[in-house]
Amino acid sequence: MIWKIFLFLLLSFVSVAGIIFPIVENPSRWYEFPLIPGLEENAKIIFFHVPTAWIAVLAFLMSTIYGIKYLRKKDLNDDAKSYTAAQLGIIFCILATVTGAVWAKFAWGSFWNWDPRQTSIFALLLIYGAWFALRSSIEAEEKRAALSAVYSIIAFFTVPFFIFIMPRIMAGLHPGSADDTNAGPVVDFKMNSNMQLIFFLSLIGFTILYFWMWNIGSKSIIYRDSLNKSYLKG
Amino acid sequence: MRSYSLFRKDFSSEIRTRYAINSLAMFIIVAISVILFSIGNESIPAILAGGLFWVVIFFSAMSGLSRAFVSEEERGTTLTLQLIASPSTVFSGKLLFNLVLVFAMNTVISLLYSALFEEFVIKNFVLFLLTFILGNIGLGVSSTIIAAIIAKAGAKGTLYPVLSFPILLPLILTSVKLTEYAMDGTSIEDSIFELAIVGSYDVVMFSASYMLFDFIWKD
Repeated sequence: MIWKIFLFLLLSFVSVAGIIFPIVENPSRWYEFPLIPGLEENAKIIFFHVPTAWIAVLAFLMSTIYGIKYLRKKDLNDDAKSYTAAQLGIIFCILATVTGAVWAKFAWGSFWNWDPRQTSIFALLLIYGAWFALRSSIEAEEKRAALSAVYSIIAFFTVPFFIFIMPRIMAGLHPGSADDTNAGPVVDFKMNSNMQLIFFLSLIGFTILYFWMWNIGSKSIIYRDSLNKSYLKG
Repeated sequence: MRSYSLFRKDFSSEIRTRYAINSLAMFIIVAISVILFSIGNESIPAILAGGLFWVVIFFSAMSGLSRAFVSEEERGTTLTLQLIASPSTVFSGKLLFNLVLVFAMNTVISLLYSALFEEFVIKNFVLFLLTFILGNIGLGVSSTIIAAIIAKAGAKGTLYPVLSFPILLPLILTSVKLTEYAMDGTSIEDSIFELAIVGSYDVVMFSASYMLFDFIWKD
C-alpha cells in the first residue's frame, strides 16, 4: 500500500514539475530548466515521451524473455506473462508514437516524416500488431503460446537493426541521432541537474507503473485460467 | 543429403502441379504491369525505379513462398514428414527449395524489370549482383520460417505478408539503399557498411530460424 502512495506522489510530482517548471536561458533557481538550443519549450516532452518509448521496448523484451521461458518449460503461466507484457507494450508503443508525432509537428513542422526513430517505432508497432494477429488466429493454447513465442524471438532479432543501424543509413533529425548537431546527442544530456532528476524520476515512476500493471494483468489471466481448469474438472 | 532428397521431392511435386511457379509468374507479370499502367508515359526518377523493384520482389515473394509448408498441411503429409525426417532436415530441405524459387523468381523480375523500365540502369553491376545474392538469401530464410509458422497456425494466407513485413523490413530498406547505390555507380568500398548489414541479417536470421524451427515443427 505504501508504495502505491509513493508511486502516486512520484508521478504527480513528475507531471506537475514537468509541465509547469519554466524554461529560462540562465537557470539560477532550483526549479528552472535550461534552454536547449533547437528544442526550447518542446524539450519538456522528454519527461513523457522517452519513458513511454522506453517501456514499449522493455515490454517487448520481457514478452520475448517469457516466450523463451515458455519454450524451455512449457508452463502456460509464462505465456500469460508474455501476453500481458505485450498488451501493455502496444499501449505504450502507441503513446510513444503519438507523443512523438505531436512533438515532431512543433519541432519539425510535420507529424510524420520517416525519421529513423519514427521508422523504428513504426516497425515495433507492426511487430506488435502482427504478433496479436498471429495469436488471435490460433485456437489451441499450447500451439498459440509456442508459435507466438517463436515469432517474438525472431522479431526481436530485427530490433538491433532498427536501433543501431537504421539511424546510420538514413539521415535523422531526432535528438540523439548521429548527425544531429544543434540539439543532441541527448545521451550526454544538455539538461541541467534538476531536469535530469525529473527525467530519471519520471523514468522510474513509469517503470514501476508498468511493472504494477503487468503484475495485475498477468495474475488475473493466471487466476482465470486456473479457475476455468478447476471448473472443468469439478 | 537427406535434405537434398526432400528438396528433390518438393521439386518434382512442384514440376507436376506447377502451382507455385504459375502463380509466381502471373503475379510478377500482374505487379509489373500495374506499375507500368500507373506510370503511363511519364518518366519516373531513378530512385523510385529502384524502390519499386523491391516492392515487386516483396509482393511476389509473399504470393508464392508460403507454399513450401502450407502444401504439406493441405495434403495432410505433415505427420509422415515428422516421422521420417528430423526437424533440421525438413528445415534445410524446405529452405533449399525456397531459395531456388527466390533466385529463379528474382532473376525473372530483374530481367523483365530492366527490359521494361528505361530508368532502371545499373552502373555498378558487381554491387547489384552482391545485393541481389545476399538479399535473396535473406528473403528466402525469413520467408521459410514465417511460412512454417503460418502453416502451423492453420494456413492463414492473409497473415503471411502481415507477419513477414516487420521481419523483412531491415532487409528491404537496406537493399533499396544498395540498389540505389548500384544505380548511382557508388563503389563497393563506399557501400561496404550496407553490404555488411545485409550479410549479418542473413546470418542472424538463418541461425535463429534453424534453432527455433524445432519448436514450430514438433507438436
